[in-house]
Amino acid sequence: MDWMASLQGLVGGVLIGLSAVWLMGALGRIAGISGIIGNLITQRPKGDSAWRLAFVVGLVSGPLLVMAMGGGLGNVAGAPGVVIGSPAGGVPLMLIAGLLVGLGTGLGSGCTSGHGVCGLARLSPRSMAATGVFLLTAIATVYVMRHVIGGGV
Amino acid sequence: MKSTDANSTDANSPDANSPDANSPDANSPTVKTAAGYIAGLLFGLGLAISGMTDPARVLGFLDVAGAWDPTLMFVLGSAVGTTFVGYRLVFARGEPLFSANFQLPTKQALDGKLLGGAALFGIGWGLSGYCPGPAIASIGGISLPLLALLAAMVAGWFIAKRISP
Repeated sequence: MDWMASLQGLVGGVLIGLSAVWLMGALGRIAGISGIIGNLITQRPKGDSAWRLAFVVGLVSGPLLVMAMGGGLGNVAGAPGVVIGSPAGGVPLMLIAGLLVGLGTGLGSGCTSGHGVCGLARLSPRSMAATGVFLLTAIATVYVMRHVIGGGV
Repeated sequence: MKSTDANSTDANSPDANSPDANSPDANSPTVKTAAGYIAGLLFGLGLAISGMTDPARVLGFLDVAGAWDPTLMFVLGSAVGTTFVGYRLVFARGEPLFSANFQLPTKQALDGKLLGGAALFGIGWGLSGYCPGPAIASIGGISLPLLALLAAMVAGWFIAKRISP
């Protein structure tokens, strides 16, 4: 097991948690990425656009800042120090995956952050159920792609 | 024709009460915007340092029958733990710093939309290794496949909105 990778995971997770706590403490909002950005794009009439847009700018600038600092703080598998990994498939696969991610998080009212981090921390039964379902279907999907079909990523 | 600025919701409601009467400075749009940026930055730093901006790490965690990568378990565990403790401190204060109240989800039902949506999301996550946060945080390393995923994800959000407003 790669202890350095796990340690970076722990540190990164604390930062993600601090982000969620800060957003609740400052603005009273759940730090759910699909909710914040989905609503920023699709909500009519527009509302809360300024802080949501600022959140997106911050989210994109985080990895860029880590890259600019150098020092090898990235944690890409098999490439220590690299910050942003490559997509695990081509355009057709990513189109299908993206559509499912958008549709699923839209209908299911949340993703790994909203349900998985904030919802579990609130002990929300809906979020516990959603997190269990998306973890299991994701594990099943990877199993089929890698070990049943075998031609997967 | 019609202006759609950030305040249009308030402007369109005739009997809008003014909740920001007591502390207009602390609740100013600039302060809220800065607070939103800080939250996004912390989140982006966390994803980058933990390696969640690498789909291979995420897929490695989901591949329980292969060379399992535990990193995501540590990320999720420490994020939930930090949030669990932090939320209790924040809620004990009674109200947020720069807003009138906490806006928490009120739905209780474990319905088909929640579970079906979560299942569809899980399939997309398993196919790509991208959930919405890491996908957007990876824009700094944009590639054609990532762009395709982001465009399709936004299309998915619009379709979900149409199916269930």
